[in-house]
Amino acid sequence: MAEEQSERHGAAKVTAVYLKLGPLSGVVKVALENAFSLAREGTILENAHLVIEQIPIVARCPKCVADRTLPSMQAFICPICQTPLSEIIHGKELEVVALEMEDLEVPCPEL
Amino acid sequence: MPRIVEVRQKVLKQNDILARELRQRFKDSGVFVVSLASSPGSGKTAFLEKTLTLLRPDYKVAALVGDLETDNDAVRLARAQVPVKQITTGTLCHLEASMIQHSIEDWQFDELDFLFIENVGNLVCPSSYDLGENLRLVLLSVTEGEDKPLKYPTIFNTADVAIITKMDLAEAVEFDLPAAEANIQRVRPGMKTITLSSKTNTGMEAWLDYLKSMV
Repeated sequence: MAEEQSERHGAAKVTAVYLKLGPLSGVVKVALENAFSLAREGTILENAHLVIEQIPIVARCPKCVADRTLPSMQAFICPICQTPLSEIIHGKELEVVALEMEDLEVPCPEL
Repeated sequence: MPRIVEVRQKVLKQNDILARELRQRFKDSGVFVVSLASSPGSGKTAFLEKTLTLLRPDYKVAALVGDLETDNDAVRLARAQVPVKQITTGTLCHLEASMIQHSIEDWQFDELDFLFIENVGNLVCPSSYDLGENLRLVLLSVTEGEDKPLKYPTIFNTADVAIITKMDLAEAVEFDLPAAEANIQRVRPGMKTITLSSKTNTGMEAWLDYLKSMV
């Protein structure tokens, strides 16, 4: 993905990857960071850093008619009215939001 | 100067695209696809063997089974006298849509009613990968304890139906069924739960009735 995007935008390297991560994606932040630091070697991401935004679980409460942030994935229950919640709005994200790129450094022509 | 380029792409986009293609292909061929996930040893293969055997007289059924190594499960399931294919994943802990696509390349689907996909025994990673299935089952055996849904909420959250297996052992291990059901409802409110024993056949009929009602 990073190679494809950098080519499309004519950049020489990717310096950062911005990612959204929800707990229901099944991916853990620390494990992803470790894997990233190994996987980037020898690629266009060689010196890129990973910026992870952790997204909380948000589910819609049909009784309150409101979106509720859940403190834990062990209880899909409205923290206000205790209604069981099955409509998940956020928390499944494993998504690259943006890439930070740098162009080739072209030396200034001497005047 | 660094610049920011907006991307907004799911990391598993490639898998999701393949899964969508598979789902369409299954739909066009009129085959209903069920996947099974559970921890190792919870009775997936016994449950599947019994399901295939009971469906075979009236329906055309087939199965794909995923394991790291060996074709033991495929050999076991072949006793049900239905087409079975083993997918050995090497060291990979889950199945992905591309593996399903690869395994069924030479299959004729138009003749099939049901295809079952047994995932690698693992309650973690299989939850992240869509396989193009119509129904995802998560199996929980009574010997594993009532709190399994709380320990592995993501798989229960992505599955459609929970199957509690080995009910014939429930008394011996003092399995607290209401507690297990309450835990399932905590992590996935409204989830359908079926209790059964593949060994004694108790509950198999209710499961098959439910399955047949889906098509």
